[in-house]
Amino acid sequence: MGKRSFLIPGVDKKLLIKDAIKVMPDLTRRRFISGGASLGALTLLTGCDVLDSDRAEDMLKKVSKFNDAVQAWMFNPDALAPTFPESAITKPFPFNAYYEVDDAPEVDGKTWKLEVRGLVDNKKSWTLEELYALPQVKQVTRHICVEGWSAIGSWTGTPLRDFLKLIGADTRARYVWFQCADKEGYNSPLDMRTALHPQTQMTFKFADEILPRAYGFPMKIRVPTKLGFKNPKYVVSMEVTNDYKGGYWEDQGYNSFSGS
Amino acid sequence: MSSLAATGTDAAQAPARAIQPAWVRTMHWINAFAMILMIMSGWQIYNASPLFDFHFDKSITLGGWLGGALLWHFAAMWILMINGLAYLVTGFVTGRFRKKLLPITATGVISDARAALTFKLSHDDISKYNYVQKLLYAGIIAVGVVIVLSGLSIWKPVQLYYLVMLFGDYPTARYVHFFCMALICLFLIVHVVLALLVPKSLRAMIIGR
Repeated sequence: MGKRSFLIPGVDKKLLIKDAIKVMPDLTRRRFISGGASLGALTLLTGCDVLDSDRAEDMLKKVSKFNDAVQAWMFNPDALAPTFPESAITKPFPFNAYYEVDDAPEVDGKTWKLEVRGLVDNKKSWTLEELYALPQVKQVTRHICVEGWSAIGSWTGTPLRDFLKLIGADTRARYVWFQCADKEGYNSPLDMRTALHPQTQMTFKFADEILPRAYGFPMKIRVPTKLGFKNPKYVVSMEVTNDYKGGYWEDQGYNSFSGS
Repeated sequence: MSSLAATGTDAAQAPARAIQPAWVRTMHWINAFAMILMIMSGWQIYNASPLFDFHFDKSITLGGWLGGALLWHFAAMWILMINGLAYLVTGFVTGRFRKKLLPITATGVISDARAALTFKLSHDDISKYNYVQKLLYAGIIAVGVVIVLSGLSIWKPVQLYYLVMLFGDYPTARYVHFFCMALICLFLIVHVVLALLVPKSLRAMIIGR
């Protein structure tokens, strides 16, 4: 018995296979742009194939990179995020993550150590006690989520730039890359100019209390000049690097600079 | 096709007779394309954190999820902004805004609106806008400016803080951005319905006359 042909006359075999691969679940593709239905609706509207999802994806990735450059150009290292009186603090402050609050990492503060890697003079790990001994400042700023909502909170901790100086970091490097304790391995790169911004903070307290589990115990990086997803919680290590190492959300298509 | 081409040649021979000059037509359709991309991706972004007790059905949104929608929104914004800026500059420099949209008087708007609602408004000379048109076209340009300014405020609330202050604060700028979208959608419905009711106005926006 000969092979039965499943091919539709007039349809290119290679293209068909390419299309089939496209609709197959592939973890490396993650969910950069899903929703063929809505793209299809647009193709109907415009009647053109330019918006074919692969080509559109490439084009959009390029524009997003361009937008990174535009935002870096717009970024003023001296421009401070507005601060607010304590009375403006949002209560209760929302919990937000890709997991439920009950699944948030439970870090043991006694054994936890902050690992320091990359282009730094002193790669010693830091205990929580040692970090708590560093000078701290408080900020009441607006946290803006990529989803659009915002909330005002109070964060206290050590300016990251002071810590970077303390460990002898090469501040000419391009990124500080953070890794977190949650099981999917949240991570996020922070451009050096933002890392050196006076309000970028290694946060140990929320609303004057030791950072609760929901908000990132034992340490979060508070960056009021970035969207919320670039404020990593449950941080376990930081690496000073010239390499772009990607990030949990950045790899899925959120704009990497995402400055506010 | 041939009649289209013939009309095009006529228009070239007598450019002064074009009701809609080429730059208006070009920018109008680029704007229409960019606006549709912005609105559809904007609805998907809205769905991530709705301001009101409703969301937009996925079938009419663009991007598939928040990340995809943001990529579309922040790509189409360049088309919208550059085209919009070019339109504003050309509109002022050529005097088109002054000639076509001014003056707008309250009595004119009221009497033309009354005439329009009773189907007595004349559309014989579509090169001259009636007062309702003048008001709506001038108004939608203003809304376009505000939606871009509020959008920039939401995008860059720290770097463009002075813009945010114009609206009060970040959450207010979000609402302003949303209501401008709603106004543009309302305009779009009226605009498209009327263009279909007076097809020669649609023709003028495509071939010039």
